[in-house]
This record gives sequence, structure tokens and C-alpha cells, in this order.
Amino acid sequence: MDLPQHGYRASAKPRARAGPHTGDPLLFADTSSAAPPMNNQGYYTPGYNIGGAPVGGPEDAGVNNLFADPMASAAMMYGSSLANQGKDIVNKEISRYVSVNKLKYFFAVDSKYVMKKLLLLVFPYTHQDWEVRYHRDTPLTPRHDVNAPDLYIPSMAFITYILLAGMALGIQNRFSPEVLGLCASTALVWVVIEVLVMLLCLYILSVHSDLSIFDLFAYSGYKYVGMIFTVLGGLLFGSDGYFVALTWSSCALMFFIVRSLKMKILSSFSHNSMGAGATAKSRLRLYITVASAAFQPIIIYWLTSHLVR
Amino acid sequence: LYLSSKSNMAFTLYSLIQAVILCVNAVAVLHEERFLSKIGWGVDQSIGGFGDEPGIKVQLMNLVRSVRTVMRVPLIAVNSVCIVLLLLFG
Repeated sequence: MDLPQHGYRASAKPRARAGPHTGDPLLFADTSSAAPPMNNQGYYTPGYNIGGAPVGGPEDAGVNNLFADPMASAAMMYGSSLANQGKDIVNKEISRYVSVNKLKYFFAVDSKYVMKKLLLLVFPYTHQDWEVRYHRDTPLTPRHDVNAPDLYIPSMAFITYILLAGMALGIQNRFSPEVLGLCASTALVWVVIEVLVMLLCLYILSVHSDLSIFDLFAYSGYKYVGMIFTVLGGLLFGSDGYFVALTWSSCALMFFIVRSLKMKILSSFSHNSMGAGATAKSRLRLYITVASAAFQPIIIYWLTSHLVR
Repeated sequence: LYLSSKSNMAFTLYSLIQAVILCVNAVAVLHEERFLSKIGWGVDQSIGGFGDEPGIKVQLMNLVRSVRTVMRVPLIAVNSVCIVLLLLFG
């Protein structure tokens, strides 16, 4: 009676401990490893107690109402082991296409970083040092470095933008649930198009920067903050407020994008400075940076003008 | 100004997928010896200088060649699926 119980608990504990990979102590302070052993103990002990001692134990009769049938507890164990296997398979498949560790890096934020980054997106003119800091060869997480890109702010800003769009349309009595989905997919599609065009340009100009696809999504997603600012200005202060907020957020976002991408795209060139061909290349890279920045106000206007009329 | 619908193009994810499929098809139908060699974009004309930074034209030719090689078989499947779906659902 006790032996399989201990065996299962012993096998459950290492699995729970090995779950959160502590290969990168900078990412998260993971507190989830404390919980599962308690759960397992809570589940499996009553079942085995009942199976072991059907007549004795009136004191734990109240606890074991769920597992009065040993067959049910056995089925429960089998189901949970199947679920764990399924979870392992899904994790393995997903990590083949999207490296989950790299994705975790972009969501390792805290509220201080979010505040500083939002302030930077609205007023970037006084920030001095735009270099992304490194820590022994890997870039620092956003928690420790305000210049690092993250995906938390773009995704939250995207959802906020959808909600604001719904509210703005509702104020004008033009709301219907389909319009909300249409607005969301339009905004998402424009970001995807921009990321694809940036990837194409970076490949064609053979810019060997360390901009991964998630970095590009992050930098493209920062325009949602500008869009929210613009829509809020338009809702609160009418058409004049909309244009003032539009010009303010466009200038701030253009400055932000140029300063951030300049570090990544143009500095990767300085390692191999050749001769006459170098200036043409660096000019093209400058064009890419400026074009990407100039695209932002256009898309902000395109996606928000219909909301504020 | 009371507009009854959105003034800008309504993009859905489906239209993005359609556009991507059309573009990839357009790149895949470029024939190697009938067209690309004639305009100087052939496979044999891209092995130029071995500097560590290939030019724009070489990169584009490499991109065209790799898209044609990689996407040839998946495009057959994707196009068949699209044809069937369009026939069934218009």
C-alpha cells in the first residue's frame, strides 16, 4: 500500500523540480516548483488510504468522498499521466518551431521597466544612452535594461487599442462585434506586413545584425502605444486634439525608432569598413532605418483616422 | 461625417495569406533557362566575387533560387487546397 504511493510521489517530485529549467537565473524567480508536490500528495494519498484500509479510518471519510472508488482513483492517475505525456509532447513540438526560451526573454518585465519604457515612447528626447547592455554574451532581460525590446508592451497595447477602437466606434453608434474583429485583424496584418518587409530588406542588404524576428515584432508593436495616445487625444479633445496627438506621437515614435535601430543596423556595419563600396551600403542602411521610421506615422494615421471623425 | 463602413481597406488574416500565396506563386513560376538566364539572373551568373558582402543583385538571385527550390512541392499542395476551397465556397 505504501510502496506504490511513495514510488509515485518520488517520481512526481523530480518531474516537478525539473520542470522550471533554471539554466537562466536572470529570467524569472519561479515559485511554481513549491506547489505541485503538495497537489500530488493531496490527490494520491486519500485514494491509496481508502484502497488500503476500507474498514478503518472514519477520520478521513470526509476527505475521501471523491475517491471512494479505487477504480476512479486509478483512472485519475492514468489520466493525469497521459496528460503529462501530452504536455511533454506539445512542449517538444512547440519548441521545434518557436524557441520558448527566447520568447520568455521578451516577457521578463516588471512594472518599473514598463513605466520607464512607456515614458520613453512618449518622450524620448532626453534619453542619453540607447545601447542595449549585454551580460556575458547574452543580452540583458528587459527587467535590467530599459533599452531592451520586449513583447509585453506591444501585446498589451494591441489589446488596449482594440478595446479603445470598440469604445470609439460605440460612441459614434457604429459598433458591431464584427467591426472589432476586423479592426484587430487589420492592425495585426499591418504589423506582419511591416515585419516581413523589414526581414526582406535586411536580408537583401545583407545586414548581419542580431535582430531576430521577435525583435522586429517588438519594434513594430511599439507603434500601438502611439496609436492609443492618438485615439485618446482624439476622443478627449475632438478633431484638433487628434491631430496634435498624432503629430506628437509620430515625432516621438520616429525619434525612438531611428535611435533604437541605428544601434542595431548601422553599427553592425562598422566592423568591416572597406572602401568605396562602403558608403553606398551604409547609405542604403540609413534609408532602411529612416523609411521604417517614416512608415510609422502613415500607419498610425491610416489605422486611427476612421475612429475619430 | 457619418460613415457607414470603415474607410480603409479591411484586411483580414485570410487576405494576407492569399497575398502571400500569390506572391510565392509568382516567384515560383520564373523559369530558369527561359527567363532568368536571359536577363542575367541565372544560377551560374551569381557566383561572382567572394567578398564577404555579396551585392543586392546576388542576394536577390539567391532568394529567388531558394524560394523556387524550397517552395516547389509545398506550393503544389497549398494550391490544390486553395483551388478546392475556392470551387466549393466561392
